[in-house]
Amino acid sequence: MAVKKSNNTLKLQFDTSRQYAPAPESASIASIKSRYELFINGAFVAPTEKKYFNTINPATESVLSSVAEAGKKDVDKAVVSARTALNKYWKKMPGKERAKYIFRIARMIQERAREFAVIETLDGGKPIRESRDFDVPTAANHFFYYAGWADKLEYAFPNRKVQALGVAGQIIPWNFPLLMAAWKIAPALATGNTVVLKPAESTPLTALKLAEIIQEADLPPGVVNIITGAGSTGAAIVQHPDINKIAFTGSTDVGKIIQRAIAGSSKKATLELGGKAANIIFEDAPLDQAVEGVINGIFFNQGHVCCAGSRLYVQESVYKIVLQKLKDRLETLIVGDPMDKNTDIGAINSKQQLETIQKYLQIGQKEGAEMYQSSCALPKKGFFCRPTLFTNVAQSSRIAQEEIFGPVLAIQTFRTEEEVIEKANNTPFGLSAGVWTDKGSKIFNMTSQLKAGVVWANTYNKFDPASPFGGYKESGFGREGGLHGLSAYVHLI
Amino acid sequence: MVSNQTIVIPDFRQTPRVDQVGIEERAARITKRSLKKETKLNGLLLALNMIDLTTLEGKDTQGKVKQLCYKAMHLHDSYPGLPTVAAVCVYPSMVKTAKTALGNSGIKVAAVATAFPSGQAPRDVKIRDTKFAVQEGADEIDMVISRGKFLEGEYHFVFDEIASIKEACGNARLKVILETGELGSYDKVRRASDIAMYAGADFIKTSTGKISPAATLPVTLVMLEAIRDFYYQTGKMIAMKPAGGISRSKLALHYLVMVKEILGDAWMNNEWFRFGASSLANDLLMQIVKEKTGVYQSKDYFSID
Amino acid sequence: MATSVNTERLEVLKTYKIYIGGQFPRTESGRYYVPLNKSGKKLGNLCLSSRKDLRDAIEIARNAQGSWSARAPFNRGQILYRMAEMLEGRKAQFIEELIAQDATRQQATREVNESIDRLIYYAGWADKYQQVISSVNAVSSAHFNFSIGEPMGVVGIIAPQSNSLLGLISVMAPVIAGGNTCVIVASYQKPLCSVTFAEVLNASDLPGGVVNILTGKPEELISWMADHLDVNAIIYCEKNQPTIQLIQEKAAGNLKRVLLYDAINWNTNEAQSPYYIQDTQEIKTTWHPIEKTGSGGSKY
Repeated sequence: MAVKKSNNTLKLQFDTSRQYAPAPESASIASIKSRYELFINGAFVAPTEKKYFNTINPATESVLSSVAEAGKKDVDKAVVSARTALNKYWKKMPGKERAKYIFRIARMIQERAREFAVIETLDGGKPIRESRDFDVPTAANHFFYYAGWADKLEYAFPNRKVQALGVAGQIIPWNFPLLMAAWKIAPALATGNTVVLKPAESTPLTALKLAEIIQEADLPPGVVNIITGAGSTGAAIVQHPDINKIAFTGSTDVGKIIQRAIAGSSKKATLELGGKAANIIFEDAPLDQAVEGVINGIFFNQGHVCCAGSRLYVQESVYKIVLQKLKDRLETLIVGDPMDKNTDIGAINSKQQLETIQKYLQIGQKEGAEMYQSSCALPKKGFFCRPTLFTNVAQSSRIAQEEIFGPVLAIQTFRTEEEVIEKANNTPFGLSAGVWTDKGSKIFNMTSQLKAGVVWANTYNKFDPASPFGGYKESGFGREGGLHGLSAYVHLI
Repeated sequence: MVSNQTIVIPDFRQTPRVDQVGIEERAARITKRSLKKETKLNGLLLALNMIDLTTLEGKDTQGKVKQLCYKAMHLHDSYPGLPTVAAVCVYPSMVKTAKTALGNSGIKVAAVATAFPSGQAPRDVKIRDTKFAVQEGADEIDMVISRGKFLEGEYHFVFDEIASIKEACGNARLKVILETGELGSYDKVRRASDIAMYAGADFIKTSTGKISPAATLPVTLVMLEAIRDFYYQTGKMIAMKPAGGISRSKLALHYLVMVKEILGDAWMNNEWFRFGASSLANDLLMQIVKEKTGVYQSKDYFSID
Repeated sequence: MATSVNTERLEVLKTYKIYIGGQFPRTESGRYYVPLNKSGKKLGNLCLSSRKDLRDAIEIARNAQGSWSARAPFNRGQILYRMAEMLEGRKAQFIEELIAQDATRQQATREVNESIDRLIYYAGWADKYQQVISSVNAVSSAHFNFSIGEPMGVVGIIAPQSNSLLGLISVMAPVIAGGNTCVIVASYQKPLCSVTFAEVLNASDLPGGVVNILTGKPEELISWMADHLDVNAIIYCEKNQPTIQLIQEKAAGNLKRVLLYDAINWNTNEAQSPYYIQDTQEIKTTWHPIEKTGSGGSKY
């Protein structure tokens, strides 16, 4: 019998003739004020210098609102209010009462989930499906989880007495604005700290909405202060002498600046920084689920995810078929209006970020890598990027080494387990990794050898309030989530 | 394009693995697609056109089958321009009746054969069962695999049986029912799918409708992915038929989204995708009329056959 | 040490070297220093380690780290216990050295005893701390999720200047019990025990390179250590504010973890706990799907 294996070049047809009709979520569900003030000491107050900046919808480039810019004096006011609240109310309050406040916040987020989802999508550009099904419920769950810890801390730290650190200055990024606020505020409050939080300047609205909830929840004034602004506001928080703890999520570069800035002070820090995660597919993996995991790994939230699986390693024996499946899957991803319920990939968060991504697309091509993009049309307005694969990528390529923070996947092949472990760990980052194989013993070998704080085996980009998250090496230090997330906010005696 | 190509039979013990949690997540993600307006209406009409309207009961009579055939041709005459269903699915003894009743409507007659639903009969009986149905005029044969043999690991037996039924089918298209509810895992569904396709199935089909669970979205997804891999490997398209348990329009639309996103537009017609269902037609009709009129419908206004 | 003109037999003086990769080289720089005790007596000619010695030690510590952390925790515990046995056997020598470094006999005896006990304390933890610091996390999806401690890697240690034996051991033991390797800069003024302790280490089945001990001026080495990109964490045990700032600033180069053990009384039980092991552990969280059938709620 003549044996002729067909070559893997068949391609499925995903014509445009059967596009889904628009299924937009209603923007009117969200009430966005034309101007937002600073939330200090339980009240919304104008910034001292009366400066405001605009926050835009990256999908349309239209202005959503004008937001106060906190200067040094405002930061000081917020810190003073947090310190006063710490001494006056929060320190004295029994854990079980603190818990009830945090539970209350969780419930109120749940009640207004749809509004939060809409605002998150309008302000940040992420698909409404994600803000609705992931960001907002996970944020509420985070408050719910940590609320329960507030009166049980002695069980978390056997043989030790637990003391709050004091006032926590928290600076969060634009990729998961509400969720990051929850990740920061919930454990801080549960452990008895008070908070000054600054959301990112391109996505301040859900944090301000959260401030409204905190006000409605009757949290004692000053326990949580939310102030908006750009880098200089963040710097003022970092440098403020009366802050005991800095919690930062963002780029490794800024993380290093912060570590230097607080050197010699008694401030404690947790830094959750960049990543360049390896997602590894072995030949014995459940390939279709692996491909789906790769897609979720890199295109979730437009790839604006610090733990994104941005380096794909495929064992050579299945490389061809995996690539074929990836390319076909890419075609079915819907890129466009983030408010449309069918959108898979929304808007890039800002013009600046889009330019960064485009710069890397050029670098990749210049380096000799082969670029493949889906054939989808992009909206004329707003900041959008097609999902992109690079093949023929070398370990030494910049697109395989640097964090792009966009929907760009660098694909490499490998032959042996040893080789891929070496390549996967060959990076200064160490936030996350993914492994796909059907063989249990191999999973344990891989998960124990990969130098990363979170390892997903046969899954990717899963998050849970009970699950600690955080990196090795230049991906930062400290953990957020779970029991281990409490350590970041306590002093043990 | 590949008619003269030799297909390499794989080792069925080595069929691809399926991760249960992953496949169910993917299936759930598919249900997040929101179909509105003309997309929804088109989907409902397409689903209607993909139905194998089915009666498979011990108490089936010629009278019952004739009524069903009339319904197949005249789904809801007060609403002109509707498509017909794809086929009527009956026992071999009813094929002639159905064939006559359907006349030249273009609606196919499908017959379940091979000692349906259990498949517990000798091969020659199954072959005779099949040949009888074909002789009576069946356009399509819905066979069941020998699940007992499959679970014993007798993959060659299952393969050979399918191949011999395929031979007995002549020009009739062969649907191979895996009875996924008896296989016990997605891995096994995948393996049975591969065996059926390599043995000559034109369709792979989830269920007899006699066993619960019948068709589910994740099981269908596993089978669609098997079809996709088979296509990648051989260039040959295989059709898919989920059967049993699909009675609501919304669920039918989820299936269509799944077909579209896993296999693409070539499969989006009743040559390549079918629903094995009896009550789905009326629910689709109610939704179609609602889309047109804007008024929520009642079952009292749609004939039950 | 003490010699007098009247002895019949000339005492053999000890040459104090540094300890790198299980070997006792002299500093590559050829430099030495002569620490004096309070009464002005010379303690010996000690190696004044250079940044190249530090670099070599760090490289060797890195190479030793994988296999050390891959050892069974039980085995790491046995090696720590063996260290305690060796120390016990050479107790007298350590007491004499501590006395030479200005301790009273009572203080010296106590310090050596506590040092032995501390090693035993951590020997016992080596295969238990994981059970204390790990967790199985109840996540809401169909996944098994657990967090465990893993060694950070190579830890740079500036040992306590005062409790030159007990301090060094108290900082070193939890670091290596947890699977890290380390490079220790010993007490500048009181270096004798550190070198002699290296001999104990060398006789304890401890693989070469797991612990490396340098003598010399901390201020010459700290900056290089804090800058070094292949050091994962750094432990500093003094209260010198400018040095703390320097370490923290330079550590930012590769986001080293900086641990300040500047307010610990090494003579008390406060100086020992599994929390010290946890200090040089990274928490790794692993997810894996759980197949669920039947009543487990699968949609199958």
